[in-house]
Amino acid sequence: MYQYDVIDRQLLNERIAEFRDQLRRWQAGELSDDEFRPLRVRNGLYIQRHAPMLRIAVPYGLLNSRQLRTLARIARQYDRSYGHFTTRHNLQLNWPKIEDVPDILAELAEVEMHAIQTSGNCVRNITTDAFAGVAADEIIDPRPLAEILRQWSTFHPEFSFLPRKFKIAISGTREDRAVTWFHDIGLHLRQENGETGFTVIVGGGLGRTPIRGEVVREFLPWQHILSYCEAILRVYNRFGRRDNAFKARIKILVQTLGVEEFTRQVEAEWAHGKDGPATITQAEYDRVAAHFAAPAYQPSTVEDAAFARHRQENTAFARWLERCTHPHRVAGYRAVTLSLKKHGVPPGDITAEQMDIVADLATHFSFGELRIAHEQNIILADVRESHLYALWLTARGAGLATPNIGLLTGIICCPGGDFCDLANAKSIPIANAIQQRFDDLDHLFDIGEVDLNISGCMNACGHHHIGHIGVLGVDRKDAEYYQVTLGGRQGNDARLGKVIGPAFPAGEMPDVIEKVIQVYLDHRHVDERFLDTFDRIGMAPFKNRVYASRAHGKAKTAEMEAA
Amino acid sequence: MAQLITRQGMPPDTWHMLEPSADQSAETLLLPAGDTIFPLAVWQARKADIIGRGKRIGLLLQPGERVEDIVDDLAHFALIAINFPKFGDGRGYSTASLLRQRYNFRGELRAVGEVLHDQLFFMHRVGFDSYALKDGKDAAHALAAGFSPFSDSYQASTRPPQPHFRRRA
Repeated sequence: MYQYDVIDRQLLNERIAEFRDQLRRWQAGELSDDEFRPLRVRNGLYIQRHAPMLRIAVPYGLLNSRQLRTLARIARQYDRSYGHFTTRHNLQLNWPKIEDVPDILAELAEVEMHAIQTSGNCVRNITTDAFAGVAADEIIDPRPLAEILRQWSTFHPEFSFLPRKFKIAISGTREDRAVTWFHDIGLHLRQENGETGFTVIVGGGLGRTPIRGEVVREFLPWQHILSYCEAILRVYNRFGRRDNAFKARIKILVQTLGVEEFTRQVEAEWAHGKDGPATITQAEYDRVAAHFAAPAYQPSTVEDAAFARHRQENTAFARWLERCTHPHRVAGYRAVTLSLKKHGVPPGDITAEQMDIVADLATHFSFGELRIAHEQNIILADVRESHLYALWLTARGAGLATPNIGLLTGIICCPGGDFCDLANAKSIPIANAIQQRFDDLDHLFDIGEVDLNISGCMNACGHHHIGHIGVLGVDRKDAEYYQVTLGGRQGNDARLGKVIGPAFPAGEMPDVIEKVIQVYLDHRHVDERFLDTFDRIGMAPFKNRVYASRAHGKAKTAEMEAA
Repeated sequence: MAQLITRQGMPPDTWHMLEPSADQSAETLLLPAGDTIFPLAVWQARKADIIGRGKRIGLLLQPGERVEDIVDDLAHFALIAINFPKFGDGRGYSTASLLRQRYNFRGELRAVGEVLHDQLFFMHRVGFDSYALKDGKDAAHALAAGFSPFSDSYQASTRPPQPHFRRRA
C-alpha cells in the first residue's frame, strides 16, 4: 500500500498543529461556534447527540495491521473500546473528548492516518472497490489513481468551500462495486484501443433526492483526470446553488441545466485546463503505482488436501467458505470477508479486541493488509486456501465469521437515532430485530442473496435506496416509522428501490420483512434470487401480502380478485 | 472596522470603497475623488466618467458576478476586490483563480467581507495579495500563522503554478 514520503508526513503534521491552534482559539472565544464548525468537521469532529464523534478516513478502504492496532489502542485509550465502520470507508469513534482530538490525530499521523475532509463542504474521502487489485473481473487497479486523487483533493485551495459535500468513487472492474452511479463523480476505469481511461459519471447521489448519475464523458484518458475533475468542480463551485442546502449538491445543478448543457460547460472549462500542469505524468503514476505492486504470492494449482477435507467434513466451515470467501485472480488464493454483521451487534461495529485479532490475522495470512468494504465488513484480500481453516477458527472465536455476507442478515445500516443528530429514527434496533427473526442459518441460506439496507433518515448513509430491500426511518408525529422499498440494487444496472406503501411502526418491521420474504419463497422459480423474482412478478404481490390485514383501495381490490 | 493585512504586514489602506445607498442610482451618483473601488454596476454605467477622473480604479466583484463580463476591462483596474459575504461562500476562490490563471490579471487582488484567519492560506494560493480581515479578529496572530499553516501543497494553483509531483527532484 501507499507509504508516505516527506511531503505527505509534513502536510499531515502541519495539519495537526493547525487544528490544535483552531481548537485553542475556539476555546478562548476567538472563534465563534459557527466559525469553528467547518474547521472541526474538516478534521472529522462532529458534536452530536450524546457526545462528539470523530470520523477517521480509511482512504479507498486500505489499512495495514499496524494502523488497525493503532485504531484499537486509540479506541481503548480515548473511547469506549469500539468503533463503527461506515458505508464510505471511514471509522467512527462515538465517544472521544473534544480536547483529546488533536492528540488522537497525532497518534493517527504516526501511522499515516488522518481525519482530513471526512466531513464539510469539500471533496471527501475517495472510495473504491474493496477487492481492488485482486478481483477476478478487474480491468485496471484503481488504487494508484485513487491515491493521486486523494493527494490532489487534500487542501485544494479553490474547492474547499463548495456549495455542499462532494464524493468521488472510482471502480476498475467490469461489475461496479463502488456505487459509482450514485456519487457526485463516479469514475469507471476501462481500456479502449489499448489506452487506459475513465468513463466519467456526474451528479448521482442518494440522500433526500436520489438520482442516478449521468455520463458526462464516455472516455477520458487517465492523464487528464485531475484537470477534468477541476473543470467539473469549477462549474459546480461557481454555479451550484448556495441558497438552499437541500438543493446544493451537484446532482441538482446537473438536473437543472440538463446533462447536455452541464457537459458543454464542463468541456468548455476543460478546454483551458487540458494538458496544463495538472496533467498526470507517467513518472508520478509509476511512483505511486509501485506502492501497489502485487505481494509475493505462491500460486498453487493443486488443492490443499487438509483444506479439501475440512470443507467436506465441516458444514459450518463450508458455509462460511460459500458466503465469506471470494474468487481470487491467483490460483490457490481467496479473498475473505470478516463479517461485522454478527446478529445482535450494531452492523459495522468492531471492538478494540476484534481490531487486534484482525490485525493479527492480516499479519499471518494476508501480507499484513486489509480493506474496509462499503458494506461495512473487513476484507482480507490475499489468503492462501491452505490457511483458510485456521483463519476461520480464529475469526469464528472472535465473532467475525457469521456466514451472512450477501444474505438477509448481513445488513448495511447507519448508526441512526441512537447516535446521530440527523436521524429521524433508530436503525440499529431494527437491524437487530430482523436478525433475531432470521436467526436460523438453514432458513437464511435457503432465502439466499438479499441486500437489506437501513437508513435512519433520508440522508441515506445506510444506502437504503439501493438495497434489494430498503428501510428508511421517518418521523411521523414524533413517532418512529419505517418506509420500505423493494427492487433497489448496486452494480452496473444500479437502480433505486420503489416504495411499497405507507410506513410501518418499528414493532411491525420483522413481520413486514418476513411477509416480503414469504412472498418471494412462494413465487420463486428454481435458482431465482429475491431480486429476480421481484423483477418478474413486480410489486403487487408483495404489497398485497404486507398490507393484507389492513388492505384498502386498489390493494384490497387486487387482493379480492386474486382470491 | 476590518484590518487590512498582507503577507508582509498591515499597510495603510489608501483605497476608498464606494458603497452606494439603496436610493442612489449608478447613473447619477457623485463619483469620489481619490483611488476608489467601484461596484460592478457603477463601473458598467459610468466607465467613461470613472476613467476620466485620472485616479486609480478598483472594482468590487460579488460572488455571483462573472469574470467573463469584465475581461475586456481588466487593463483599467489597479485592484479588484472580491467579496466573501459569508466565509462559507467559496465562489470567490474560483473568481480569483480565473482572474490570475486564465485572464492574467496582474493588479492587486483583495479579499473583503467575512475574511477569517483560516482562509488566508487558501486565498493566497488562488492569487489574493491583500485581505480585509474581519473586524474583531486577531490580526497579529493571523499575520504570524494564517499564511503558513502548510509549507507546501499538492495541487497546482496560482501559487505555486506547478503541482508537487512536477516539482519532485
